[in-house]
Amino acid sequence: MALLQIAEPGLAAAPHQHRLAVGIDLGTTNSLVATVASGLAKALPDADGHALLPSVVRYTEGALIVGREARAGQADDPHNTIASVKRLMGRSLADADETMRSHYQLSDGPGMVGIETRAGRKTPVEVSADILRALRERAEASLGGELTGAVITVPAYFDDAQRQATKDAARIAGLNVLRLLNEPTAAAIAYGLDNAAEGTYAVYDLGGGTFDISILKLTRGVFEVLATNGDPALGGDDFDQRLAVWLKAQAGLPAELPIEDERRILALARSTKESLSAVEQTLASVTLGDGQVIRVAVTRAQFIELTAELVSRSLRPVRKALRDAGLGPEDIKGVVMVGGSTRMPHVQSAVAALFGTAPLNNLDPDQVVALGAAMQADVLAGNRKSGSEADWLLLDVCPLSLGLETMGGLVEKIVPRNSTIPTARAQDFTTYKDGQTAMSVHVVQGEREIVSECRSLARFTLRGIPPMVAGAARIRVTFQIDADGLLSVTAREQTSGVEAHVEVKPSYGLGDGEVARMLLDAYGTGEIDAATRMLREAQVEARRLIDATEAALAADGAALLSPPERDIVQKAIFALAELLETDEGDTRKIRAATDALNTASGDFAARRMDASIKRALAGRSLETI
Amino acid sequence: MSITVTEKAARHIQKTLDKRGKGFGLRLAVKTSGCSGMAYALEFADESLPEDLVFECAGVRLLVDPRSLPYLDGTELDFVREGLNEGFKFNNPNAKAECGCGESFAV
Repeated sequence: MALLQIAEPGLAAAPHQHRLAVGIDLGTTNSLVATVASGLAKALPDADGHALLPSVVRYTEGALIVGREARAGQADDPHNTIASVKRLMGRSLADADETMRSHYQLSDGPGMVGIETRAGRKTPVEVSADILRALRERAEASLGGELTGAVITVPAYFDDAQRQATKDAARIAGLNVLRLLNEPTAAAIAYGLDNAAEGTYAVYDLGGGTFDISILKLTRGVFEVLATNGDPALGGDDFDQRLAVWLKAQAGLPAELPIEDERRILALARSTKESLSAVEQTLASVTLGDGQVIRVAVTRAQFIELTAELVSRSLRPVRKALRDAGLGPEDIKGVVMVGGSTRMPHVQSAVAALFGTAPLNNLDPDQVVALGAAMQADVLAGNRKSGSEADWLLLDVCPLSLGLETMGGLVEKIVPRNSTIPTARAQDFTTYKDGQTAMSVHVVQGEREIVSECRSLARFTLRGIPPMVAGAARIRVTFQIDADGLLSVTAREQTSGVEAHVEVKPSYGLGDGEVARMLLDAYGTGEIDAATRMLREAQVEARRLIDATEAALAADGAALLSPPERDIVQKAIFALAELLETDEGDTRKIRAATDALNTASGDFAARRMDASIKRALAGRSLETI
Repeated sequence: MSITVTEKAARHIQKTLDKRGKGFGLRLAVKTSGCSGMAYALEFADESLPEDLVFECAGVRLLVDPRSLPYLDGTELDFVREGLNEGFKFNNPNAKAECGCGESFAV
């Protein structure tokens, strides 16, 4: 109980207004909203007592249906009933999910794919906004007031474009986004605070459509994400698909059915899967559109056999994440299970076998993410006082390395992958040519060493560098990433103070598949990259030497060299320049020619040094030196 | 119908009233707000209003308006020190639940 002080008449401090803040888990299959009331996080159910809102939106003539009712109508009105829209967030038509393409009429639009419905073209952002609005209305009805803000969770794999799309959807739905939070981090918050657990944990999140694995370190209430990995196209839906295909085969149905029947079989597969988590065998039955009745008996063993490959597929990213974090399975103190699909017994046992420990599952795996988000929202809305035991800090990581282009099209990484954010990192660069007054800064994202293989984020130019000899200017480039993962880059010339700055506005289009591809690319092509880097470095060095020698010849060549000596240096320059122009790409040859030029101009350089010392000393007595 | 103060609270109220130089007593009230529904208010009173109920306890006058009374009946006002923090505390038999932050309560 807080202690009270006596106030002057009429001035009693208004007891703090509780700011209504919620956590929202915007899932591929289901979404839900939770809040903290009287210090406890709990999910807010709808009028019928269901906490989960199916992430399905149905567009009918002039009306909009969201959730359970929309899902029920999926089979009757497949083209206007949008499910799993999260798979399309921040994507263009080109990188849209194959399954989504077969289910909906997709069209390309500026920045993002669109879905053709009876109510017109809907972007994934708008469909998500309709789901979020339903959750906001539910929360406001049950809490009795307007929401101050919400924390919305996103898969750890979501890139800037997908996060931005999620934020846009929330804004359209009339929500103030306090923060986007990685789903596994939210789950860890729910477990970390409720159970006061410390140590290194893994969060295994097998949702409806996505799989995420995160390695988190919890120490004294501080959460740090050590590594994230995952499979953007693996989830409970895939288990349903496998079972549906098998059910069709067992029932002697053709592989291709009318879309309404496909949906019926898929719904049957889902309910069969769910019941097999509790019982050893079940009878799956459904009536098709033409009145045909399907009856298939399924045992848990059969289901496990059908889907074992999916479970083992999920273990690959787990091992990768462990490797990224520099840990072995034995270093993990516990595994948090998230997502309804982790209820499947064979998923539980596979995870237990890998880590050698029974997974944590004492919170509802469907709700744990929303509960953690609600706790974070409660803190961010200012409902908990600083200094209390719940005053915790949250650290997150950036999914891909950030860097900039240097001479020769190479990438200099400034912020390595998995750096905790918010962060600021700086590195000094210099000019490449004498008298260079401008520098172009090209910000890239990715793991490769070559610019053309990374994703370009932004370009800007720093102008007004005072003319100096090459290498004398000191240009400090600072990368700053805020808590939402948004990047700003500043370049500043240290001696003159000239500065240029850019806010990186993420554009839609880089799918998580592309993130995954870029990561895989980097793993597989390390050697090629290293060779390319050596070649480019040799080329840059050669050009720098040519420039410097030519400048020196122009200044002192006539005074210090005899015509034959001069000729030798000129020839060496010519030989090297020719080699560069023919673009042979032979690192060894370029190095040899560079060395030849160095040798040829060695005497000249020594003479220049002597001459400049003589000039400096001329007319001065020994004592004054 | 009663509201009481502990000896420690009475001493502190008297001291702050003396320091203030004026004041008829102390007003206790309940306002509907806060996360659990209701919150306490504690103010100096320079005069009593006609509808106020006035309790005298340990030498201090406690004023309560009739709307707040049902929620405060039986309350004992205490003065406590918790670490570096000191202040008044309502020991209210009507409060069934308090919010996590402790600034409000429900009956």
